[in-house]
Amino acid sequence: MNISNLAPLAVVLPFLGAAIAFVLIRHSRSQRAVSISTLSLTLLVELFLLFNAAGHGTTAVFIGGWPAPFGITMVVDQFSALMLVVSSAVSLAVLIYATGQGMADGDEDGPISIFHPTYLILVAGVSNAFLSGDLFNLYVGFEILLTASYVLMTLGGTSPRIRAGVTYVVVSVVSSLLFLIAIAMIYAATGTINMADLSLKLAEIDPATQLMLHLMLLVAFGIKAAVFPLSFWLPDSYPTAPAPVTAVFAGLLTKVGVYAMVRTETLLFPGDRINTLLMIVALLTMIVGILGALAQSDIKRMLSFTLVSHIGFMVFGLAISTVIGLGAAVYYVAHHIIVQTSLFLVTGLIERRGGTANMDRLGGLAKLSPILGVLFFIPAMNLAGIPPFSGFLGKLGLLQAGVELGTPVAYLLVGASVLTSLITLLTIARVWNRAFWRRPEDATHPDPILMASKEDGTAVRTSRHVISRSSGRFAGRAAVNLLPRTMVGPTIGLVAMGVSLTLLAGPLFSLSDQAAQEMLERTPYIDAVLGEGTAP
Amino acid sequence: MSVNITLLVVMAALFAAGIYLLLERSLTRVLLGLILLANGANILLLSTGGFAGLAPLYDADIAPEEYNDPLPQALILTSIVISFAVTAFMLGIIYRSWILGRQDEVQDDIEDRRVAGQGSFDAEDDADVPIETTEFTPVEEAEEAPGSQRPGLAQDTKESR
Repeated sequence: MNISNLAPLAVVLPFLGAAIAFVLIRHSRSQRAVSISTLSLTLLVELFLLFNAAGHGTTAVFIGGWPAPFGITMVVDQFSALMLVVSSAVSLAVLIYATGQGMADGDEDGPISIFHPTYLILVAGVSNAFLSGDLFNLYVGFEILLTASYVLMTLGGTSPRIRAGVTYVVVSVVSSLLFLIAIAMIYAATGTINMADLSLKLAEIDPATQLMLHLMLLVAFGIKAAVFPLSFWLPDSYPTAPAPVTAVFAGLLTKVGVYAMVRTETLLFPGDRINTLLMIVALLTMIVGILGALAQSDIKRMLSFTLVSHIGFMVFGLAISTVIGLGAAVYYVAHHIIVQTSLFLVTGLIERRGGTANMDRLGGLAKLSPILGVLFFIPAMNLAGIPPFSGFLGKLGLLQAGVELGTPVAYLLVGASVLTSLITLLTIARVWNRAFWRRPEDATHPDPILMASKEDGTAVRTSRHVISRSSGRFAGRAAVNLLPRTMVGPTIGLVAMGVSLTLLAGPLFSLSDQAAQEMLERTPYIDAVLGEGTAP
Repeated sequence: MSVNITLLVVMAALFAAGIYLLLERSLTRVLLGLILLANGANILLLSTGGFAGLAPLYDADIAPEEYNDPLPQALILTSIVISFAVTAFMLGIIYRSWILGRQDEVQDDIEDRRVAGQGSFDAEDDADVPIETTEFTPVEEAEEAPGSQRPGLAQDTKESR
């Protein structure tokens, strides 16, 4: 009995939890208990899988005992196990945050009770995509997570969310159709959709056909990963969703696209035929994304643009396709999931404390709530890549690999990476100056809660003191806690996790280098799925 | 292996009409376009299975070449279910959009328009900051305006907006 046979549990557990949470839709207390305990259990299983993968290498599970390439296969290697653990840890933190928000606002029932089952289905879809060993199962994983994300995106059905939801749904459906068409063509060309089997058979077909299939897959995944010419939909749709939903989307969904791109590049279509193209795409993604971020005044939109821009770093690492470059990209993906999610969670807290996420209308938060300042500052510096933090380590790895490669395009990208980091720092400094450092009186139309203070001059902590002055936001409710512990707690947890990436950088980098090594060799993956000795 | 021309022509027509409808601004037409595209993709999957053979029920007397390839049909079944769910959801969104705004068109993003319309001059970032050249403030001035450490800056930004 091998421990990696537990892999399907990473998909099955969230599905079971979703079913139970759906039955308990009228009992929000037990619903919360079910979803949080399910996710914790899933995280535990995935930690086992990660340790197993780090110790014993790649393993495959054949669902229903049907051997590959006929049955459905789930493959656990270091990369997918690392992604599973990071994504589950992040989604657990976001779930606790969202639950805390619901409890603080006193939403005992109502349409939000659909949140828990949908959220668990999203997690199941993400796990399925990471584990899947054949292309069609990957497609199904994508569809599970996308369908769940449509519901979460339009939660509550307000006008801006419907508007953003339409863009999001149409773009996602088109990208899924492209993926499906690519699968059909690959099946027509090779007669298999098992990825390990494909990696052997794709090499035998005509190079022109290969290139077409390759590009079709990359376009489909590029839309999901929000790579430059295909990234227009992301800053348009993410910011309107509720804060925890945006946080988990920003952290996970684009990274599933990046994961699929990495698999395509390393397993299905090895070789450096389109690496230059990928590098140019990475360059444009970085620069165009970060210039977009510079123009925004809404913090959520600004963060969405930095999200697009930093996808460029991962594509850069992928395009270098040496062990050190790919290893740095793997590390960077893990770092970026955690940091970007924590930044969106903090922005949710800022919005709650200051009434808006528009930095023109914010001010004085550093004094009103120092903890918020610390919570924003650490992941923000981490994102920009200031030395002690993990962002710096990931970027350093990428730059090192780029310089080692030494082609002109690689040097151009090294320069662009440094420039992008600097502009990221600039955009973050703008937020910091406005929302945190200036006095609230200097802001244009600040929220009444921002200006309010108690009789003794200290900042207010609940909406009780300003309920008469704030028209609308907390009207008609009893005192609402502005920064409840249940929301600050998970945010602190995520920020601490981001910092711990620095402390654990040694083992993590050796893990990601090992993952990159095995992905570039390809034989461990193919041997695990098809049996020893099948790989050339 | 022969190619089924009928399937190919139907597929091409579905894709062409689907893409045309997808580019419209009306949401119901976009939805119709997506449905046509999904069906076109399904037919593509079907045609990858090769010729139409016998039902894939195992019988020792039948040679393996006689059977139809069952895998593409399993894939189509899955993709039909998925596109059904997405269509139902899209219909829900379109109905909601109609209830909310009485319109069936793709809406502009207001924040996008605002960002596009803003000037390159940003009062807060780009304004001239008065530079203090003297090291000591003259005593008379300090007495005249106690407490105003940042003369004029706050008012300036407010007025310029």
